[in-house]
Amino acid sequence: MSNSQQSVVTDKNNGVAESILQVRNLHKRFDISGGFLDSLQFKAGKISRKREYVHAINGVNLEVYKGEALCVVGESGCGKSTVARTIMGLIKPSEGVISFKGQRIDNLSNSQMLPFRRKMQMIFQNPYASLNPRKTITETLEEPVKFHNPRFSAAQVKDKVAEVMLSVGVDPNWGVRFPHEFSGGQRQRISIARALTVEPEFIVADEPISALDVSIQAQVLNLMMDTQQERNLTYLFITHDLAVVEHFGTRVAVMYLGTVCELAATKTLFSTPKHPYTQALMSAIPRLDVKNTAHIKLTGEVPTPINLPGGCVFHGRCRHANERCKIQIPPLIVQNDGSQVACHAIEENRL
Amino acid sequence: MSFLEVKNLEVSFNLHSKSLKALQNISFNLERGERLGIVGESGAGKSVAAFAILNLISRPGKITAGEVLLDGEDLSKLSSQEMRKIRGNKVSMIFQDPMMTLNPVFTIGAQMIECLKAHRKISKSNATKIAIQKLKQVQIPSPEMRMNQYPHELSGGMKQRIIIAIALLMDPALIIADEPTTALDVTIQAEIMELLLDLCESNNVALILITHDLGVVSQVTQKTIVMYAGRIIEQGPTNEIINDAQHPYTQGLINALPQQTLPGEKLNQIRGSMPSLQDIPSGCSFNPRCDFVLDLCTQKRPEFTQSGGCSVACHMVKAMKDAEKGHSAHE
Amino acid sequence: MRDDIITTTKIPSLWRRFKDSYLWHSLKKDKVAFASFSVFILFVSVAILAPVLAPFDPYDPSSIDIMDSELPPVWQEDSEAKFLLGTDAQGRDLLSTILYGMRTSLLIGICAVLLQCFLGVVVGLSAGYFGGRIDSFLMRIADIQLSFSTLMVAIVVLAVFQASFGAELYSKLALFMLILVIGFAEWPQYARTVRASVLAEKHKEYVDAARIMGFNNSRIMLGHILPNTLSPLLVISTVQIANAIISEASLSFLGLGMPVSQPSLGSLISSGFEYIFSGSWWITAIPGLVLVVLVMVMNLLGDWLRDVLNPKLYKD
Repeated sequence: MSNSQQSVVTDKNNGVAESILQVRNLHKRFDISGGFLDSLQFKAGKISRKREYVHAINGVNLEVYKGEALCVVGESGCGKSTVARTIMGLIKPSEGVISFKGQRIDNLSNSQMLPFRRKMQMIFQNPYASLNPRKTITETLEEPVKFHNPRFSAAQVKDKVAEVMLSVGVDPNWGVRFPHEFSGGQRQRISIARALTVEPEFIVADEPISALDVSIQAQVLNLMMDTQQERNLTYLFITHDLAVVEHFGTRVAVMYLGTVCELAATKTLFSTPKHPYTQALMSAIPRLDVKNTAHIKLTGEVPTPINLPGGCVFHGRCRHANERCKIQIPPLIVQNDGSQVACHAIEENRL
Repeated sequence: MSFLEVKNLEVSFNLHSKSLKALQNISFNLERGERLGIVGESGAGKSVAAFAILNLISRPGKITAGEVLLDGEDLSKLSSQEMRKIRGNKVSMIFQDPMMTLNPVFTIGAQMIECLKAHRKISKSNATKIAIQKLKQVQIPSPEMRMNQYPHELSGGMKQRIIIAIALLMDPALIIADEPTTALDVTIQAEIMELLLDLCESNNVALILITHDLGVVSQVTQKTIVMYAGRIIEQGPTNEIINDAQHPYTQGLINALPQQTLPGEKLNQIRGSMPSLQDIPSGCSFNPRCDFVLDLCTQKRPEFTQSGGCSVACHMVKAMKDAEKGHSAHE
Repeated sequence: MRDDIITTTKIPSLWRRFKDSYLWHSLKKDKVAFASFSVFILFVSVAILAPVLAPFDPYDPSSIDIMDSELPPVWQEDSEAKFLLGTDAQGRDLLSTILYGMRTSLLIGICAVLLQCFLGVVVGLSAGYFGGRIDSFLMRIADIQLSFSTLMVAIVVLAVFQASFGAELYSKLALFMLILVIGFAEWPQYARTVRASVLAEKHKEYVDAARIMGFNNSRIMLGHILPNTLSPLLVISTVQIANAIISEASLSFLGLGMPVSQPSLGSLISSGFEYIFSGSWWITAIPGLVLVVLVMVMNLLGDWLRDVLNPKLYKD
């Protein structure tokens, strides 16, 4: 298991790692000003139209290499799920380019997107909502197989579904049952099975274990690691749980308010977190063994993404912020150990 | 006599004309100022236990046996009116979702003052003073302004702080917190937990913390109860449970945490999942998932065995203890 | 490697599943619902089997003897044993006429509701799924439709039809026209219900999963979302059928419904109304009672269904 992780890192050092997904300067704004009449405003004797936006993603750049598990961590509202959904084409980006193996996919129509649907799949957070409650497990799993392989015979479809069900540890004979007859962990296995039916190369997992119990989380994580090895999968893994990241990720991207503030190999990030936000996040993990009374307290609350603070989005809660941080947005800068950090204080060697 | 004594508490739910036991044989003691964690996965019955202690079980559920002695008074026998006096006064509860406690149409101040006036004869200005003082205690910036705000104007962390302030209003001797930080982000979670710990320590308040997160328990509590399928399977001092768990389920829970394995290695999983109340296996309810299962485990429910400071309901642990005893007797 | 494969148990049959289901269980437990259900089933089967069960054929003029008119039910004096519930003003056996009338009423009710349902589902599904302008446009139409009362629309349309094409053609097409008018007048109820549940369903993750699989919109709408909006539809359908039956009865009572030669419950009540003061109360009262029981039973069933299918109360 650990050697696959190692190999990616060495691949990267040799510059031969194949980039499977590229996200360039991604922006997503949600218009929340409502209908035409709602957005009209009477100001200074004039009627004007005021538009309000939620700035969910503000210039995200990511690259996912073949065979790795890139983890995206951050707190609720930081835009990590929006990134996942934009990559999968569920949301159209406001700006920016997403390309899969060199081909741009963010501007494709549904039918043009079809060949990519087989290669990119998604696993969702809520195992209770991600399976259609009115379809049996077999129906849920057979539909994509039939849809993407119209020439398959009934027997071939059945074989494929049985194979996938076995590989996630669900007895194919249970296929006649409905989702509500399964526990959360089993449903999440079935969700994974559904993604695997089309034999994807790349899977986006949006908090796939955060709705599960501890003992079940381990089962599902193990399953995901096994399938990664067996099927040579690449993951984009969205989570808020740093302990899982440390275990599962090849590289980690830490997000705050719609921007990536630090991007590094997992080992590097956990041994030497650089961005002040990453440091605070790491110190907040409740550890079993040691009493961590020394966790870094952040002042204030996460600002709303409607009125985005100028400059570095983190400056309001940062102990090291200065005037520059309030004005200028810090870019991701590559450090000596290969990690990328977006912080003026680091750049200026103040930290 | 302990401050809180729970003895053989049992709760049943009547569903489909069957009676399902959601909670069985729950017994523990809590001293003043002591902090207890109740750990378990969903379906273990930990929230039911909290509700049962406060006599809040509503139909179709019912407390069918046992007693809850708070300062010697059996809460489970009290009428709802007498119970209301106890709740909020001597005992208060913090829920996972702040909106269980906060009413969205009243200001924070109005809710706090109303709460105070319901329990005490107190003037409005005095009530306001106490409310502001409590808000200060939970480190809410500019508490006077917050008094006039509505719940939806506050962030999740702020709301949970206000819930804690409300829980502290009547200077309770016991706070029951049901997953108080699960809905919050990691950084906020750590702050709230620390705040709760400080307040309990400085005011000598006993705390029952219900959570699925062993990390939180190890940071906050002195004693821990581990529950599985409606029963206590292991209880004892927190550090012993975390560092030297005896019951295979507790061991499994701890070992399943990603921190316990090297990065990239397979996690130690417990196979299967928690049984539903309808089909709890005979004998030890954990036996289908247990790696150390003996013949006895499928036949007989294990009794508690003392092991160090912990009591453990496990045949395997008992067998080992007996063997040890026999061994030392020989010598 | 997979040490945790779930072991097989035997798979219950569909009938077994239904008998174990929550629906069946709660029906058995709720006495009112069970009684309503039994009465409803009885009414429906009696209506379907009317040609077999009815002692006379009220549509056959040769079986009617005007000399038998206005005979009271058997428990009254001057009655005749072969007319169990007496006869109406034309000498038709009231029991047979009620059986046939119930058939007509239920047929109109159910067909009108099917039409409502079809229109409502099409409109509600597209409005909810596509959202935006399509949604606003369709829902404004629904609002406009709702602002006309059903009876008013029906009276105007039917009266105009009767006036322009004559009563004879009208009496031939009455059944069809009633279904059409009642069906068209009430579709917004369905459209709103469907739209509301589509809005709730379409943000669920299984819909996203279907989109990620690349399924097209119609497949997602019909194959994935629609089946999940069926329970509220079932609930309002029971109430809507009852409403449609009442609408039809009201229209018939006003003389715009079924002709006297093919009476529905409503026209039967209406035709007996003029004889009520001459002492022949049964011609109006007995069909009236049947109508009231039928409608009440359906409403009770609807109430029960709503409670049972309410996801907040649902426990499996």
